[in-house]
Amino acid sequence: MHISEEKAERHTLAVIVDNEPGILARIAGLFTARGYNIESLTVSEVTADKAVSRITIVTSASPATLEQIVAQLDRLVPVHRVHDLTAEGPHVERELALVKVRGTGDHRIEALRLADVYRARVVDATTSSFVFEVTGGIEKIDKFVELMGEVGLIEVARTGIVAIARGKDAA
Amino acid sequence: MTEKSGADILVEALCDLGVEVVFGYPGGAVLPIYDALFRSGRIKHILVRHEQAATHAAEGYARSTGKPGVVLVTSGPGATNAVTGITDALMDSIPMVVITGQVPTTLIGSDAFQEADTVGITRHCTKHNYLVKDPARLGPVIHEAFHIATSGRPGPVVVDIPKNVQVATAKYQKPGPIQHKTYRPALKADRAAIEQVVDMLAAAERPVLYTGGGVINAGPAASQLLQELARITGAPVTSTLMGLGAYPASGPAWLGMLGMHGTYEANMAMNQADLVVAIGSRFDDRVTGRLDAFSPNSRKVHIDIDRSSINKTVRIDLAIVADAGHAMEDMVRVWKARQHPKPDTANWWQRIGEWRAKKCLSFPESTKEIMPQRAIRALWEATHARSPIITTEVGQHQMWAAQHFDFDLPNKWLTSGGLGTMGYGLPAAIGAQLGNPKALVIDIAGEASIQMNIQELATATQYRLPVKVFILNNEYMGMVRQWQELTYESRYSESYSDALPDFVKLAEAYGWKGIRIETPDQLEAGIADMLAHDGPVMVDCMVAKLANCFPMIPSGAAHTEMILQANEVSGTMDDEAKALV
Repeated sequence: MHISEEKAERHTLAVIVDNEPGILARIAGLFTARGYNIESLTVSEVTADKAVSRITIVTSASPATLEQIVAQLDRLVPVHRVHDLTAEGPHVERELALVKVRGTGDHRIEALRLADVYRARVVDATTSSFVFEVTGGIEKIDKFVELMGEVGLIEVARTGIVAIARGKDAA
Repeated sequence: MTEKSGADILVEALCDLGVEVVFGYPGGAVLPIYDALFRSGRIKHILVRHEQAATHAAEGYARSTGKPGVVLVTSGPGATNAVTGITDALMDSIPMVVITGQVPTTLIGSDAFQEADTVGITRHCTKHNYLVKDPARLGPVIHEAFHIATSGRPGPVVVDIPKNVQVATAKYQKPGPIQHKTYRPALKADRAAIEQVVDMLAAAERPVLYTGGGVINAGPAASQLLQELARITGAPVTSTLMGLGAYPASGPAWLGMLGMHGTYEANMAMNQADLVVAIGSRFDDRVTGRLDAFSPNSRKVHIDIDRSSINKTVRIDLAIVADAGHAMEDMVRVWKARQHPKPDTANWWQRIGEWRAKKCLSFPESTKEIMPQRAIRALWEATHARSPIITTEVGQHQMWAAQHFDFDLPNKWLTSGGLGTMGYGLPAAIGAQLGNPKALVIDIAGEASIQMNIQELATATQYRLPVKVFILNNEYMGMVRQWQELTYESRYSESYSDALPDFVKLAEAYGWKGIRIETPDQLEAGIADMLAHDGPVMVDCMVAKLANCFPMIPSGAAHTEMILQANEVSGTMDDEAKALV
């Protein structure tokens, strides 16, 4: 007997929650308990009084499972609302990465040249290393990190995706 | 306003919320609360013998009265012992508030004595939970906890209270109606959707109303509305295990329960229907059987208060997110306003009549041994005029009770449906008896399940609760044995109930009356003896050891592939079926 898996598509969700203790565990736990997958999760307070947080989740699931994920998130008591940004229309996704490379000579010059192409900024430098700050969509950052692999990549830190709908209206 | 201790605030808030009974067990981390209860004297505390039983007793109380059940347990093992009952209440949508003691806030996280991460452990088996670190928050949190437990889709809420919060003081004031920031369950259905479902029912040739526990949770008026809806639409009614009693078993539209151990007519009607209207039911795997063969030619309407129930397993054509009672009230009103005539469902009823003629619940009778189905029928005959409350444990006896004990009223049938918790029935009966002091309350049990909370015999004795326990004793974990016969060529791996106690002596040791029934000719008299005794009675009814529960839809089979009798069993299954629960 084989266990088959459903075909998945990647969606970005914005979950607006009351900023109470345990809310992140509640949401992350819901995903593990029901077998949903999380590719990326970011969380931060977004109101001046720190009462509301915005959690951005990137998940891959079948359309039926995505509908369930939204419904299951929505029924958690501290959740204000859930938006499937991918389904709702055009939106902007950004991630920030800090990328450390080590090298001398040609490698060092090439790293700087590539960083320039990707509009990465140098935020730390020694005579034998750089830390680049780069922002963009997942693909851009994946590509930048891949290229840095050839010029002395040491370490990467990524924030995970944040996303917001295009246009004048709030999600 | 003077300040009160957290413990006194808790007790006062419970009184303000109309709590009359609390099921609990004291311990170090709840001593201030127990002292507050002692001094207040306004709430009846029922001392159980194990915290799991406190939660099931609270469930029994809640399901038989419609009021939330309240539990009070200590930290650490008190809380972890309660987890099974909390999960049971979540699965079956039972309103329950569980107060747990916790080590002082200053010790949280230090692996203190009897410390457990109660909010962490219960986060995913509660509807919501709280750790209260400030006594000033305690009153509002308790009121909010009851609001959440009882509104929308009901469920268990845990409030974890550190011991120093029980001792520290704050002001308390009874809050007004709760307007929660984020939690606003929708009760009323969308008007257009109601009109649509009414049109669909008026146009259907082969409709079925498939009802569940949501109708019972919507209150007795919802059960009345269901009867009205069935009457005006001419649609037959079937129900899940959880919904039995919402439509009377003696009613003309009743098809019996559906699903794995449901009736032939109910499952065939679901299979052949052109319209299925699900009301407060959730297309559980025990109901649907193989999903790709489930009711293949019907349009499906789903009325449920929980949006996440919709499209969870079965794709729905029309979703109505609303309370079952409100939705049915609107449907009846729209139907009447449009002056729809009763649809001609005569052909449909004729086909149903043919399925009914199979008499799928018939069973082989015996003069030598008591057939378990016969024992249930005899119990029904002797008691149904008194509208008894029936609780069960989990297994064959539970399914036989569902099949052969006919319920005409809601809130009379208390069984662990979703979680399937052995050991549920006795404490649930205790809770139901407390909520309904004059009612006849019977736990229909199996000899294996009853031992999972047998210590509660003492609780019934202590509070002089005249509950009856009727054990169908076949010396097997019968449902496990039945599956081993179906799937594993009768290799009875660990399913024999060895070293059984003498249940009569056991009952007597706890101050109960014990009765043993061994032969069919003793059945009626034994039941009469049980009913004649005004205290608690345990009946050890020796039944046919190898009887099995049919009809049955094996795991992974379609509704049309029911096994009606034991001689249709093959004894093996393929791996796909073996892997299913």
